[in-house]
Amino acid sequence: MTDAGKESGGMTTARAVRRSLLVSLWFMFLTLPILVIRVNPVAQEIVWRWRNLFLIGVGSFVLSLVGQFLTHRQTRRTPSLTPGRLAIFRQRCMREPQIYVPFLLCAVLTTLLFPWFFSTYQTNIMTTALMYVVLGLGLNIVVGLAGLLDLGYVAFYAVGAYSYALLNHHFGLGFWAALPIGAGLAALFGILLGFPVLRLRGDYLAIVTLGFGEIIRLILENWNEFSFGPSGIANIPRPGFFGLDLSLAGATVYLYYLMIGLVLFTIFVVNRLQNSRIGRAWIALREDELACQAMGIDKTRTKLTAFALGATWAGMVGVIFAAKTTFINPPSFTFLESAMILAIVVLGGMGSIAGVVIAALVLILLPEYLRAFAEYRMLLFGAVLVIMMIFRPQGLISSARRAYKFMPVPVAAGRNKRHGTAADH
Amino acid sequence: MGPLLTIDRLCMDFGGLRALDHLNLSVAAGEIVALIGPNGAGKTTFFNCLTGLCAPTAGEIHLVVPGRGQRLRLNGLPPNRVTEKGLARTFQNIRLFADMTVLENVMIGRHCRTKAGVFGAVFRSAAARIEEQQIVTASAAILERLGLGSYFNDLARNLPYGAQRRLEIARALATEPVLLLLDEPAAGMNPQETAELDELILKIRSELGIAILLIEHDMRLVMSLSDRIVVMDHGEKIAEGTPAEIRSNPLVITAYLGEDLAQTA
Ligand SMILES: Nc1ncnc2c1ncn2[C@@H]1O[C@H](COP(=O)(O)OP(=O)(O)O)[C@@H](O)[C@H]1O
Ligand SMILES: [Mg+2]
Repeated sequence: MTDAGKESGGMTTARAVRRSLLVSLWFMFLTLPILVIRVNPVAQEIVWRWRNLFLIGVGSFVLSLVGQFLTHRQTRRTPSLTPGRLAIFRQRCMREPQIYVPFLLCAVLTTLLFPWFFSTYQTNIMTTALMYVVLGLGLNIVVGLAGLLDLGYVAFYAVGAYSYALLNHHFGLGFWAALPIGAGLAALFGILLGFPVLRLRGDYLAIVTLGFGEIIRLILENWNEFSFGPSGIANIPRPGFFGLDLSLAGATVYLYYLMIGLVLFTIFVVNRLQNSRIGRAWIALREDELACQAMGIDKTRTKLTAFALGATWAGMVGVIFAAKTTFINPPSFTFLESAMILAIVVLGGMGSIAGVVIAALVLILLPEYLRAFAEYRMLLFGAVLVIMMIFRPQGLISSARRAYKFMPVPVAAGRNKRHGTAADH
Repeated sequence: MGPLLTIDRLCMDFGGLRALDHLNLSVAAGEIVALIGPNGAGKTTFFNCLTGLCAPTAGEIHLVVPGRGQRLRLNGLPPNRVTEKGLARTFQNIRLFADMTVLENVMIGRHCRTKAGVFGAVFRSAAARIEEQQIVTASAAILERLGLGSYFNDLARNLPYGAQRRLEIARALATEPVLLLLDEPAAGMNPQETAELDELILKIRSELGIAILLIEHDMRLVMSLSDRIVVMDHGEKIAEGTPAEIRSNPLVITAYLGEDLAQTA
């Protein structure tokens, strides 16, 4: 390294330290009222917990320094045109059967035998994670493929859950009958939301959908005659198994397999959709709304299909949620749920099925297994999210477009004209 | 035979600004018409009005497709309906679907000529499969025709500039237009690429029988290609005629061409 290089390196280090100092001061200031000052109303005195202040100061200083070091290294690395080591490894895994077959076998066996090796509690958590996989894949249609930022997705989840709960309460409808009805009603609500927001984009769309989600929740909370208000609806039956009444453990296992089935079904459908005429129209809409219209795509229809098809999955999972918990009330459907599902889509990689599946599992299972860290678990969880987004803004697995294979077909006039044939892969 | 496209006293106001002022214009089937004029003359606005991206303040746009008979009124239609009727366009600032592949970009152009729905997509019905196959085949053929055959599976964003411009034309051709609107197709191209474009446009007309209306600043290209030139300034048509007539029109020379350009071109 030349002298000049050394010098600039030294300067960046000084700057990094200064910035980290500022960051740590700022954090100490921010957390002062919560973590340092404690008012003891009984003894009528104020306790200053200086140790906390010290820990926060040192902690944020070190974290900031590490963060700056890592980002610095990342930006300095010259972007190369050849795919990274990770990408090459991934391609190799996909291509070579001796790698992916055992891996796949392991995954299938683990999923199938999971309830036999783990407790009912663990199975329950896994079922919840699978529900979020489907929710993520559903929202992925709207946000990832069609590019419509929907912050009120939980509304459709609520519609599904309340459809089953209310239909069962009033008409004694069973789970299997309620499943398609919940999905259909959610799709209807998707279209209902779609109409007023047809002209909106980006931030405006986000705000209106956010409002929509809150409206649905507030209606459920306040319209007592309809939804039984905050007290919710209890005694919702679990899904029956050919007329059999299952024990609690049995029902848990049954729901687990049900969710596995639904996840597979969702992946199948979404995968087919995204490589179809409709899916391409969604992506074109996301890429450039104006050009998309000018190329002959009906914007209204395309947007409404995206909203409706996205909502359908939330409706289905809503029905399953009601059946799983046997009790629902409005606090289960707050904005936080929408944010969580959106985080799954963004973290997984917009438009990428594999990414969304992995992100859903990570995001739902991580807080559960971080319980060991007690009250810090949400803090850690947040930190993981932030770090992920800094280092992989495109998500865990960025979506790749389908490649079509072509077979050259010799054509008259001596020219080698290629003839396109789609080849399945 | 009457003209393909007839524009009658078209006006477009943006607040107080009159971007198009009683513009009359017609394009015959198979004709190449160039639209020239200084920046801000309202040429792009004119295309936007034709394709339904802007709603004109006043005036009429009619399309008569030979063999299809009836006279279609285009103003008031949404952009996708206009495209269905047979007008396709490119954009002055390239507007490709950047994160889709080259082939997929063209496949989007086939959207309005196909009809597979959600059920076709999910269940892969025989009809949907055949249609999808046709979309791929037709799109690939268009790409080959435009010399983009080596880029099929590349993302549109990774294409060289000249190829991106040609891809926009390919995408527009996939909608099976009767009239192709090109907004400054040669902008930013080097002389070699411009020469290829010249050839391509003539080929589109002769092989596909598509009429072309193009906005262009490259006078050499305009003069060599056009059957007719329309000159605009401040939203008004100030002259119209064959390349030879336009070159010697004093009004055009003062407003746009300038003395020396008129002589060299
Ligand atoms: N959407 C719009 N809103 C307001 N003014 C516009 C809009 N589009 C174009 N204009 C104005 O209309 C005039 C014509 O613009 P344009 O059609 O882009 O010109 P050209 O393509 O001939 O260079 C310009 O003065 C421009 O500022
Ligand atoms: Mg322009």
